[in-house]
Amino acid sequence: MSPTLAFLTRRLLQLVPVVLAIAALNFALLHLAPGDAADIVAASSGGASAEFTAELRASFGLDRPLHEQFVLFIGRLLTLDLGWSHIQQAPVLELVAERIPATLLLMVAAITVALAAGMLLGILAAMRHRGWIDGILSVVALVVYATPQFWLGLMLIVLFSVTLGVLPSGGMMTIATEMGWAARAADIGRHLVLPSLTLGLFYVALYTRLMRASMLEVFTLDFITTARAKGLSETRIGFVHAARNALLPVVTLAGVQIGHILGGSILVETVFGWPGLGRLVFDALLQRDLPLLLGILLVSSVVVVLVNLVVDLLYGLLDPRIVHR
Amino acid sequence: MMGLLVFWRRFRRNRAAVAGLAVLLLVVAAAIIGPVLHPIDPFDMIGRPTQLPSARFLLGTDVSGRDILAGLLHGARVSLVVGIVASLVATAFGLLVGAVAGYYGGAVDNVLMRCTDFFLTIPSFVLAIVIVAIFQPSIVTVTSAIAAVSWPSVARLVRGEFIAQRDRDYVRACRALGMKDREIILRQILPNALPPVIVVSSLMVATAILTESGLSFLGLSDPDVISWGYQIGVGRTVLRVAWWMSAIPGITILVTVLAINLVGEGLNDALNPRLQQR
Repeated sequence: MSPTLAFLTRRLLQLVPVVLAIAALNFALLHLAPGDAADIVAASSGGASAEFTAELRASFGLDRPLHEQFVLFIGRLLTLDLGWSHIQQAPVLELVAERIPATLLLMVAAITVALAAGMLLGILAAMRHRGWIDGILSVVALVVYATPQFWLGLMLIVLFSVTLGVLPSGGMMTIATEMGWAARAADIGRHLVLPSLTLGLFYVALYTRLMRASMLEVFTLDFITTARAKGLSETRIGFVHAARNALLPVVTLAGVQIGHILGGSILVETVFGWPGLGRLVFDALLQRDLPLLLGILLVSSVVVVLVNLVVDLLYGLLDPRIVHR
Repeated sequence: MMGLLVFWRRFRRNRAAVAGLAVLLLVVAAAIIGPVLHPIDPFDMIGRPTQLPSARFLLGTDVSGRDILAGLLHGARVSLVVGIVASLVATAFGLLVGAVAGYYGGAVDNVLMRCTDFFLTIPSFVLAIVIVAIFQPSIVTVTSAIAAVSWPSVARLVRGEFIAQRDRDYVRACRALGMKDREIILRQILPNALPPVIVVSSLMVATAILTESGLSFLGLSDPDVISWGYQIGVGRTVLRVAWWMSAIPGITILVTVLAINLVGEGLNDALNPRLQQR
């Protein structure tokens, strides 16, 4: 087996304890909650007799001892059964799976924007260390750190959709119009601008700060002095020589932040009516759909672990010295 | 007393931090005496809905004709209490886990850090939502949920500090003197490990306030108290015609969080003078 394949297998196996731990957490939360699934179903059918609730409880296996229920719970999980949403009348896994692509699209767009802009601004700030660009960027970063993302989204809607009328304020695509795939892609792109900007801006600020610090670190190294001695221009030294070496810590942090970005996208999706996991969370909250909420927690954690794995694999591309074993 | 004076002198050197402290004290004052000076129930419908700021309603009224200023003042109490208490609880728990893991090492460390990493992996905001939704929104559940998702970073930090300290000569000397582990952890190592923890937990107050506003924007706030995030949520329904209604509480959150972050950086400069950032 090639080293990369072995690395992949090992990392995927590491998913197992994580999934089991989340399952245990979900199980615990479910049983700590006031009332159980039977009560919820009984209540949602407009009140029911005690016998009916007891019958439901037996049919869900809720009358068995706790450890037996846990084994059953894990067993169902192993067959990819995340439970049943009594409110939407559909399997939880199906409901969650159909929302993942939209959320991933939003996250990838936001991270791409954030990495590109953050690196560029970080390089600029480091090259003009203590200059006015550096100063302005620091102040902007401080303000961005303190801005609630969902509020920023609302204000961007006011500016770009309501006042200027240049961008759509919500949804993922224009409904009920026939269009070719290129026009459709452009349409989705237009709808993507505000949500990804809202989600990404915080990370632009973060990556700018990181890239700046990382660049300043690299600038003290010997090979930069050599490059200067060779008479290379500062622009070339900054953008080509230093930037490549300053990149890695930024990418590392981008990987660590995936969970945070996913959490942020829940609020941003709610603001923009983006049909991803976040909207699903919002709907589940409105309808008190606990099995669905717990399913989302499980799946989103798995997404975080998988994205982290992808980031780790990207390291190898960025820095050939890193070999995955 | 001397220590405090030195601390204040170092803190004062960071101008932005002093400005942040001034703003923060203003917010705290508004939270404490604001509702007394402006004795209006934030849930009372006292005027025509959706009014612009005027002499009678300094910040206007919301969609139900409630006074927005009264909401802000009462909301300040909620934000500050939730933020500070959640941060304190998370810090205490993180200290406990990190200190035990770092001091003892070995299997204990392994198990505790696995748990910590696990909580760092789960998207924390999603977990907070689930906890609040399951136990019904109230000040207590919201605060506990935020604390429950915030402690891991403290635990990691404290563990690192304890590992760095546990084999120093002064700790060995304490052991040789026959001091109990508990005493070494609490009286000897903890004071040395505390400065970076204070900085992190002060910054955590800011994050907690942001998280609380996000939760209440989603409708996960105590129905008996008004909060800034809830106000933004209410204003959102009329965003197209009355943008200021969401803008005002949003700016309040921004200014408060910014002030706390500045104070946090000032604390960092004052407590860890050797780690001065370039």
